[in-house]
Amino acid sequence: MRAQIAVYVVLMALALIAPLLGLYPVFLMKLLCFAMFACAFNLLLGFTKMLSFGHAAYFGASAYITGWLVTVQGWGTLAGIVGGVAVSMLLGLVIGAIAVRRQGIYFAMITLALAQVVYFICLQAQFTGGENGLQGIPRGSLFGLIGLGEDRIMYYFVLACFIAVFVFIRRIVHSPFGQVLKAIRANEPRAISLGYKVDRYKLIAFVLSASLAGLAGSLKALVLGFATLSDVSQGNSGEVILMTLLGGSGTFLGPAIGAIVVVTLQEYLSGLVGSWVSVIIGAIFVVCVLVFRRGFVGEIERWFAHRN
Amino acid sequence: MTRKSTFVALGALLGLYASSQASAAADQVVIGDIDDMSSVYADVIGQGGVEAINMAITEFGGSVLGKKITVLSVDHQNKPDIGASKFREWADQNGLTMVLAGSNTGVSIAMSKVASAKKVPFIAIGAGGASLTGVDCTPYTIHYAYDTTALGNGTASAIVKQGGKTWFFVTADYAFGTQLQEAATRVVLANGGRVLGSVRAPLGTTDYSSFLLQAQASGAQVLGLANAGTDFSNSLKAANEFGITKTMKPAALLAFLTDIHALTLQTAQGLFLTTGWYWDLNEQTRAFAKRFYAKVNRQPTMNQTAYFSATLQYLNAVKAVGSTDSDKVMAQLKKTKINDVFASDGYIRADGLMVHTMYVMQVKTPAESKYPWDYYKVIKVMSGEEADGSQPDPTCPMIKK
Amino acid sequence: MSSVFGIPLPAILGQLMLGLVNGSFYALLSLGLAVIFGLLGVVNFAHGAFYMLGAFAAYIGLQVWGINYWWALLLAPLAVGILGILIERLLLRHLYQVEPVYGLLLTFGLALIAEGVMRSIFGASGKSYPVPALLQGGFNLGFMVLPIYRAWVVLASAVVCALTWFVIERTRLGSRLRAATENARLVQAFGINVPLMVMCTYGAGVALAALAGVLAAPVVQVSPLMGSSLVIVVFAVVVIGGMGSIVGAILSGLVLGLIEGLTKVVYPEASNIVVFIIMALVLIWRPAGLFGKEA
Repeated sequence: MRAQIAVYVVLMALALIAPLLGLYPVFLMKLLCFAMFACAFNLLLGFTKMLSFGHAAYFGASAYITGWLVTVQGWGTLAGIVGGVAVSMLLGLVIGAIAVRRQGIYFAMITLALAQVVYFICLQAQFTGGENGLQGIPRGSLFGLIGLGEDRIMYYFVLACFIAVFVFIRRIVHSPFGQVLKAIRANEPRAISLGYKVDRYKLIAFVLSASLAGLAGSLKALVLGFATLSDVSQGNSGEVILMTLLGGSGTFLGPAIGAIVVVTLQEYLSGLVGSWVSVIIGAIFVVCVLVFRRGFVGEIERWFAHRN
Repeated sequence: MTRKSTFVALGALLGLYASSQASAAADQVVIGDIDDMSSVYADVIGQGGVEAINMAITEFGGSVLGKKITVLSVDHQNKPDIGASKFREWADQNGLTMVLAGSNTGVSIAMSKVASAKKVPFIAIGAGGASLTGVDCTPYTIHYAYDTTALGNGTASAIVKQGGKTWFFVTADYAFGTQLQEAATRVVLANGGRVLGSVRAPLGTTDYSSFLLQAQASGAQVLGLANAGTDFSNSLKAANEFGITKTMKPAALLAFLTDIHALTLQTAQGLFLTTGWYWDLNEQTRAFAKRFYAKVNRQPTMNQTAYFSATLQYLNAVKAVGSTDSDKVMAQLKKTKINDVFASDGYIRADGLMVHTMYVMQVKTPAESKYPWDYYKVIKVMSGEEADGSQPDPTCPMIKK
Repeated sequence: MSSVFGIPLPAILGQLMLGLVNGSFYALLSLGLAVIFGLLGVVNFAHGAFYMLGAFAAYIGLQVWGINYWWALLLAPLAVGILGILIERLLLRHLYQVEPVYGLLLTFGLALIAEGVMRSIFGASGKSYPVPALLQGGFNLGFMVLPIYRAWVVLASAVVCALTWFVIERTRLGSRLRAATENARLVQAFGINVPLMVMCTYGAGVALAALAGVLAAPVVQVSPLMGSSLVIVVFAVVVIGGMGSIVGAILSGLVLGLIEGLTKVVYPEASNIVVFIIMALVLIWRPAGLFGKEA
């Protein structure tokens, strides 16, 4: 436990001073947004063992809605974020209600197919700008007081959101609700026989995960100033799975670390090796699935557990 | 204790990483090239564009004001997010002084937002969308090679005047396609023609059959292809396959030399198209084409030559004002007449559009073609004003005031 | 000109015809997917990638060794099938003990690799493959010109689907296959080499995808991404037909191609999502799919 606290303190300190080290703040914010996305996804995969293959839908839809509300409707930044999250929550409710009826690969494929529907809606709807996406989304300010245009200020805002989400997920997992989710993960028929309305619990987890993914998407849209089809694409759904798996699904820190590794790899490899990046990402996927299913943090935790 | 050392190592690594980042160079002139290097438009500019920039830099002497000239280039993969974020990153981190934007209007519009936020001169070349100097104009945008308005005024009017009165458009589903369709529609209507319908095909569509059947069902005389690159060649090939070219006359609203080369004259003969430049216009263009051919093994397209010309014009402006200050350079560029291998009678209008002479061409028949790459004959020479109008675009916010 | 609900009849017939062509591709692809799922319990996300590799194999064969279309029809599926067998042997085999989602993830990774490699070598825009001389030209059907090649695609895929169905449902080999699907250990105990059968089944399923790729090569651009969007549609087709059901896969492939074609006339904007909407409806009313046995 003490070791854990030490790790968190060090990571926190690193996160706080990172922009002062000369690291590019926009890139750091991108890392945080994807880390948040992966943590949200992990709530589903790691703690409930439901593999959603369409999480980009919530991330991207929220990015679009926030962008549209802020740019076209002139809403404030926070209102825009709330609006985006509300839409992804609703989307999660609809898709989740259909998907939780099935399990395993069926669940994965339903979420994938319905996410594809969201993709095509985003492609064709007027307000999303189709292939062009939404551009020039302003960051605005918090309560009209703190301008977010400055990269460093925006960074600390995004960091605060990330920490809040992280703590929230920890809280959920450790709550009685989280215990039921764990029970479902371990043995679903048994949970049913104990009288739990399993589908309802799963749906709540799904909606929560979708909403948090939406928050990550909204923030990403504000940070980078655009929302595009890449955000809702199948590739994005695949990447968040990889991040979670690589870092360690079912651990708290794993997905965040996985996200940092994957985004950094993409950013710096793409300059070096061009389109071979996707080959490398694919290869990591394969290795992860074959020999490394616990992920970085999962393996480290297991190693500590064995030593003690 | 191993844990502690891990953290120390981690910290050290982060520090290293950070210091390697801070390399924004003040003693350099940094030219960025953001273009499609691998997809539907890769042949139109792509690596040939990078080569054209380098040719311009060599011709200029390799340095300006005693500063080294560096070129950065990236493949935007036709994704606006990649284009915009690379542009922003270079401006923030690499001391970018000017950027050349390759194909894809959607990406260019996204980049123009960054240009105005970061105040970096932004020369759009591959993109055709007229909105770049209209609703999306910025004080730092120059639209250099051609725009959808000129394409419509050239090709569409030539065809309507030949009797092609009813049109159906197959349009690439992004900013460029829709703006091209709008421009062509305006010209068709103004000349007494009618538009019977249109269909939007996603960028990179490979199977055009169902779109073409819709076109055929409309009963229009002219099949307006408001697309470009491989989208254009795929749609034209499918029109041939389904025998639609027998009943409808295809109109290429934008075709590049490389497209015609890939399609072969057998398929493309007789097409009308509008271009701002052709390699076989005069001695000067042929001389440039020869140098380019020696390096790239292809004749240059309009846009590749525009890359060359724009780079030179920019470097000349930097030299003239003695600084890379964006506002000073832009002011200098906007007051300079452009007459070079690319443009004749060119000047940059208040809204950022480079107005210059354009040509309506017709693709030769295989029999008319005398030597390799002998593809076009000039049908009409349009002055810049004829192609793009004599007034700046009133929808540009800079013009209103 | 006659019309139905204000839509000219030729337009409807034309789109239905094209729908049939697309449906043939769906049928071929979902057939392979269903066979693999039936025996291995693996959702083969790389199916689209194998389809793409089949097309590229034909393209490379033609460019490098001058192998013509007809030989490519045979050799490309063979080559890709062997690749599939290697993948089953070396990679997939290790995942039969863990949950099936890992098979999905593994094949997803493989698809990324295959697409990335092809993109790095051939670029994203792809290459065109000529229609074989024998099949050039078109029939004038009155309402449209149907290129002979597309008619051939429908015919060829119908024959292949029928053959596959016959092998699985009407032969001794097929009955063993079906038995192994029901209870692999029991079949193994009877002295039948189940791992070998599994390996060959994966190879055959993948070869079907490659065959579809060769058939598609002259119709669409041979491009690295040609399979990635298609595979999701094919997933939906298989779910609608009922996972693992051969007849279900074939029929729903054809029918969905037709429905998609019809949607293009009535409401083109929805043509990309109609399959997924049907899938959602089917899952609500008949969770096991139209032809599937209740799970």
